[in-house]
Amino acid sequence: MSEELVHPLEGFLRKEMIPHIWCEGCGNGIILNSYVRALDELDLNLDKVVTVSGIGCIGRLSGYTNTDSFHTTHGRAIAFATGVKLANPELKVVVISGDGDLFAIGGNHFIHAARRNVDLQVICANNFNYGMTGGQYGPTTPREAWTTTTPYGNIEHPFNLVHLAAASGAVYVARWTTIHVRRLKEAIKKALQKDGFSFIEVVTPCPEIFGRYNKMRTGLDMMNWFRRVSEIRNHSDPAKAEITPERIVLGEFVDEEKPTYGQLLRNMISKVQEKQ
Amino acid sequence: MSVRLWRKPLDADKIQVPRGEVHIIADRCKGCRLCIEFCPKDVLEESDELNKRGVHPPKVKSDATCILCGFCEAICPDFAIYTTEKPREEGG
Amino acid sequence: MKAKRGREVLTGEHFWQGDYACAEGAIAAGCRFFAGYPITPATEIAETMARRLPEVGGVYVQMEDELGSMAAVIGASYAGLKAMTATSGPGFSLMQENIGLAAMTETPCVVVDIMRGGPSTGQPTKPGQQDVMQAKWGSHGDYEIIALTPSSVQEMFDLTVEAFNLSEIYRVPVFVMADEVVAHMWERVTIPSQDKIQIATREKPKASPGEYAPFQPNKNLVPPMANFGEGYHFYATGLTHDETGHPQTSSAEAQQKLVHRLCDKIRKNAGKIIRVQKTLLDDADVAVVAYGITSRAALSAVRDARREGINAGLLRLITLWPFPETHVSELAKQADAILVPEMNYGQLVREVERAAKATEVTLLSKLGEDPHKPTEILDAIRRTHR
Repeated sequence: MSEELVHPLEGFLRKEMIPHIWCEGCGNGIILNSYVRALDELDLNLDKVVTVSGIGCIGRLSGYTNTDSFHTTHGRAIAFATGVKLANPELKVVVISGDGDLFAIGGNHFIHAARRNVDLQVICANNFNYGMTGGQYGPTTPREAWTTTTPYGNIEHPFNLVHLAAASGAVYVARWTTIHVRRLKEAIKKALQKDGFSFIEVVTPCPEIFGRYNKMRTGLDMMNWFRRVSEIRNHSDPAKAEITPERIVLGEFVDEEKPTYGQLLRNMISKVQEKQ
Repeated sequence: MSVRLWRKPLDADKIQVPRGEVHIIADRCKGCRLCIEFCPKDVLEESDELNKRGVHPPKVKSDATCILCGFCEAICPDFAIYTTEKPREEGG
Repeated sequence: MKAKRGREVLTGEHFWQGDYACAEGAIAAGCRFFAGYPITPATEIAETMARRLPEVGGVYVQMEDELGSMAAVIGASYAGLKAMTATSGPGFSLMQENIGLAAMTETPCVVVDIMRGGPSTGQPTKPGQQDVMQAKWGSHGDYEIIALTPSSVQEMFDLTVEAFNLSEIYRVPVFVMADEVVAHMWERVTIPSQDKIQIATREKPKASPGEYAPFQPNKNLVPPMANFGEGYHFYATGLTHDETGHPQTSSAEAQQKLVHRLCDKIRKNAGKIIRVQKTLLDDADVAVVAYGITSRAALSAVRDARREGINAGLLRLITLWPFPETHVSELAKQADAILVPEMNYGQLVREVERAAKATEVTLLSKLGEDPHKPTEILDAIRRTHR
């Protein structure tokens, strides 16, 4: 390379931390790409964006984004983000974390933040296992999948994350895969502009671990699987959108309006102060 | 399923397909091949060179016609590829 | 919010229970964020904050559990508010992992633990001092914290203010360890006018965003703290990190440097942090080392002992951690015996033994009932004196 090549989104990355630790073909890099692309297209004031992530491979994402960023303990990203948003409502607080971090150890915080409709944008990298620790099963692992802690096949039923999010009260629920990059970016943009608890599930490849254990050895293999079995059905019933090896239903499942926790809190505080 | 156009659009001669130039930051590439496989115009192939990681980064084929769709740039997990618009020649 | 504001400092004389005084102390110190979960005997702090914080424009949020509460407190502190939570033993245990995160990310925050009988669910409505070791050692890894023990309702106010100040100066979680008696008893509290209450706030960075390293310490070993939203685009993580905040998970040097500094910023400043109260110690042969409600009974016992001709004295610990070892070792050189009454089966007595070295130290343990009676401590003083 004779001249210095500068990627157009370079300004959104922490240069000292690039290249990131993610494997070849891992979808986390695509999620990072879509996220900063969305920030770029919305032209948000980056000083007011806070990126929060939990523990897991995707948890390293906050370390790569050039915003105020925080890497919490396992499962507590949403609770931490709630504190940030309530303390300073001017900040745009985005939580990007994994299926285990958000729905196993973090499950309780997820459902309550959704119930309260805290103004947070939550993006879940669902790669069907716990990749960082070597590929154990988690709450989204498909039945009969091989993981290091299900050596005889997974006997647990997985969560239907969009159903869980919708049932908990999220005002925006969508699911895309890492091959649907444009729609994913548009969904992130929509979530960032919407008040309330938004949830985007991103089905993403984990080629080195989950893929390799389950006959999809490369990121390409998993992405081709996504392409083959994805069905885009906007506004369909999230309860009927379980992910199976033969079908991944994508699209927007919920898009509604509801007062946010912050709005209700500030209204209440104003009323109380008027009485003083 | 192919679409049969039963008439040519009236402004067909005014539509100019953009031409793109592909830039590859070779040392960032981890060799996942997503850009090569998913380019709609089959513009990329694996090069013979090895980068710092011992991986063959992609290269633009000699007869390539990149249409600036931006998919490779959007799908690359490693920020290793991006496109810019080729300046348009007259009558292009 | 331009509406008329509620009073932030309730200057004047009041008759309150300890928990109310603690909550008012927090508000007077500038606390504007409380995230917690109800638990006996700390519930009244949450209830007072739920009522008072909206009056002063602050945020009360009742999180789904104590783990979320501690996480939200750290988030609010990083977003620029003085933040606290209040709990008791079982909740304190749940908070430990995030207390470690607060220590690691040097988050100013206050955690009030109203101690009750343990372990586990224990005796929710009975006092104890069974969490005092947990305050120091509760989370994994090496770190230092500050813990204060009020012994009166007035101190529930005063020491909560001091806890916030210390947490801001040293960027560390500070614990107010009060036993259930101090939390629930009713006493007079005098609150001065707002201008007479000293408040400390975290040092802000002088560096520009391009130069700012979030964990670069000042000469007190404490890094100036930027808040989210101020344009610094900084990164904080619970992973071992260097001054720039970036993870250093393989470097032995980074681990040593960080752990040493996290501990040294308290240890080396211990002289400025530690507070004790000495009564009749100058010529004491038998010294009582006590804290919390026990110290009130001990004071009475020491005075009675003096009337009987025994040279007894009291070292009341206001700061539990960092442990006032210099005060104890000095005392041990002069006294023949040291008595440690505690409402547990022997916790702080171990620190006293360590500092007292060869001097005889006796534990006077009391579990499950009311606090020590002065006569019980007086009997022990007499026995020790013989």
